[in-house]
Amino acid sequence: MRVLLVDDEQELVETLAERLNIRGIEARWATTGDAALERVDQENFDLAILDVKIPGISGIDLHKKMKAKYPGLKFIFMTGHGSHDDFTAGSAETGADYYLLKPVNIEELIDKMTKLMTK
Amino acid sequence: MKFLNRIKPEFWDHRIFSEGPYSSHFNFRRTWYAAVCLTSAVVLAPLIFMAVMDYRATRHDVESEILFTTSRLVSNTGRTLSYFLDERKSALDFIVHDNNFKLNVNPKRMEQVLENLKKSFGGFTDLGCIDHSGIQCVYAGPYNLAGKDYSDQEWYQQAVKRGEFISDVFRGFRHVPHIVIAVKYYPSEGGPFRVLRATLDTAKFTDLLSHLEIAGHGDAFIINHEGVLQTPTLFHGEILEKISLPIPDFAPETRVFEWVTEKGTPLVIGYRYITNTPFILMVVKQKEELLKSWESSRRELIGFLLISVAFILFVILWGATYLVNRIFRSDQKLIVSLHQVEYANKMASIGRLAAGVAHEINNPLAIINEKAGLMKDLFLFKKEYTGNEMLMGLLDSIITSVARCGRITKRLLGFARHMDVSIQSVHLGEVVREVLGFLNKEAEYRSIAISIEEADDIPLVATDAGKLQQIILNILNNAFAAMEDNGQLRISIRMAGEDRVALTISDDGCGIPETDLKRVFEPFFSTKTGKGGTGLGLSITYGLSEQIGGTIEVNSEVNKGTTFTVTLPFVAEEKENK
Repeated sequence: MRVLLVDDEQELVETLAERLNIRGIEARWATTGDAALERVDQENFDLAILDVKIPGISGIDLHKKMKAKYPGLKFIFMTGHGSHDDFTAGSAETGADYYLLKPVNIEELIDKMTKLMTK
Repeated sequence: MKFLNRIKPEFWDHRIFSEGPYSSHFNFRRTWYAAVCLTSAVVLAPLIFMAVMDYRATRHDVESEILFTTSRLVSNTGRTLSYFLDERKSALDFIVHDNNFKLNVNPKRMEQVLENLKKSFGGFTDLGCIDHSGIQCVYAGPYNLAGKDYSDQEWYQQAVKRGEFISDVFRGFRHVPHIVIAVKYYPSEGGPFRVLRATLDTAKFTDLLSHLEIAGHGDAFIINHEGVLQTPTLFHGEILEKISLPIPDFAPETRVFEWVTEKGTPLVIGYRYITNTPFILMVVKQKEELLKSWESSRRELIGFLLISVAFILFVILWGATYLVNRIFRSDQKLIVSLHQVEYANKMASIGRLAAGVAHEINNPLAIINEKAGLMKDLFLFKKEYTGNEMLMGLLDSIITSVARCGRITKRLLGFARHMDVSIQSVHLGEVVREVLGFLNKEAEYRSIAISIEEADDIPLVATDAGKLQQIILNILNNAFAAMEDNGQLRISIRMAGEDRVALTISDDGCGIPETDLKRVFEPFFSTKTGKGGTGLGLSITYGLSEQIGGTIEVNSEVNKGTTFTVTLPFVAEEKENK
């Protein structure tokens, strides 16, 4: 499974990517929308984990662009905002498969990823 | 006191909170005093001034009238008396100058003359002729006085000296009060002088005076120059006694003056010196009796004044109270709405601040979380690190703490998020729990037990969750303030009718006294004044619950606790204009 992590906090995505790597999941990361799009073009990914707020572009827009190019790509959103209920309600609208609240629990993340991939 | 309390206007007990240059504008009691005093002064001063002027003018008129009538009465009576005496003196004059007057030799003739005098003039008692040695040689009259020696009598000496004389009233030989008129003459047949003497009865005088109609317990009498009464009086002494009033100073004309007796009775005294006699005519009236006629007009004037003043004062008091109360109420409304705006702004600022802080903290928290997670991963997956129990424990504690921080920021964000949105569907129990989250720590420290009873069938409520949060937070804050440590807080959520839900929050705190219960939602009503209470919390809560179409009720029992019940419609009737 190849995963792309996008967040403006490099420290966060870097660490998260390493943690996933330790667990045998191949993870790459990007800190801007452009870098993320470039990455998607260069490599094949099964899953993208996006922050809702990325400098220059919103996670929702980025999701739309990627989805248009690579319809097979699956998505999980991360956000520092709001309550859980809101995002489960909101995900139906955006087509995002899952929302996660920061700080992310790694076990929860992997659990969601597995569920999403085996769907 | 009860009545006063009932009519006491709202602003009366209003305390001034604001200090500063314009705080006097909010001293409504002072405004009221100023309005009442100024208006009263402007209206009543001219009225009272006019009334006093009128009173004095009328009184002056009445007094002048009294003096004038007294003076006229004295003048007229004095003239009559003067005429009475002059007439009799002239009669004697006429007799002595009659050539046929040979009285000294003919007592019969003397008696005839006396008889004639009695008939035509009246008042004569007897008639006698005294020779130059003072012996009465001829006498006609009821007393046997022929041969009496008058040479040492004063009237005789005066008559010899001045040619004629009118005496005071005296008793003389006969012991009956009488007046003597004496005329000196020289007999036509030649020889030394003789004196013709007539005695006048004082009854004529007395008659004359007693028939006067004198108002005001009046008294008319005659005194001589020494103040001895010449006629009887009603109130001022017996005949020939010394009068108790002062002897008035000589004046050629009639005079009137006022005098206050030793007993304090004011008198009006008119007098006249009767020319060529030793007599002074006096008319004495009691002033108070005379002023009685003036009493009724005075009563009318004072009555009119009092009724006018009472009516004016009533109108002024009512008007001032009404106006100041109106100003007070609109002022209160203004202040409350200003405070509500201020409160809303404050809450919004707090919300934004909380959201900002939460968001900012979230990212470093996430990094800490991941770094700690990575370290833990390394310990788990790399063999060289495994087995260090202590380090693992430390890492777990970091992760637990981060998770706790995460919950706090989530709660803050959740709270702030509601403020930006107007209407949203919320789960009432969730909102209560969210708000309680902020108070959990305090409840824990103070060992306050919180129980939530929630009916199963409560649907979502479409309302302004931000306002709902504030309502719940305010009520909970009040409950916490009222409760002792180890208190018990009961919250229940149940249906209230078909389209409403009721949230009940009961504490077992100090309770609210019956008298205060009606006023708890009034703005600025506070029992925590001076301890940081503004008295606005519940008033704002009331306003907020009205804005979302809810109602709020309070029940309380002193020392048992207070219950607030908020009833909300499932679909809010937004009342605020946005």
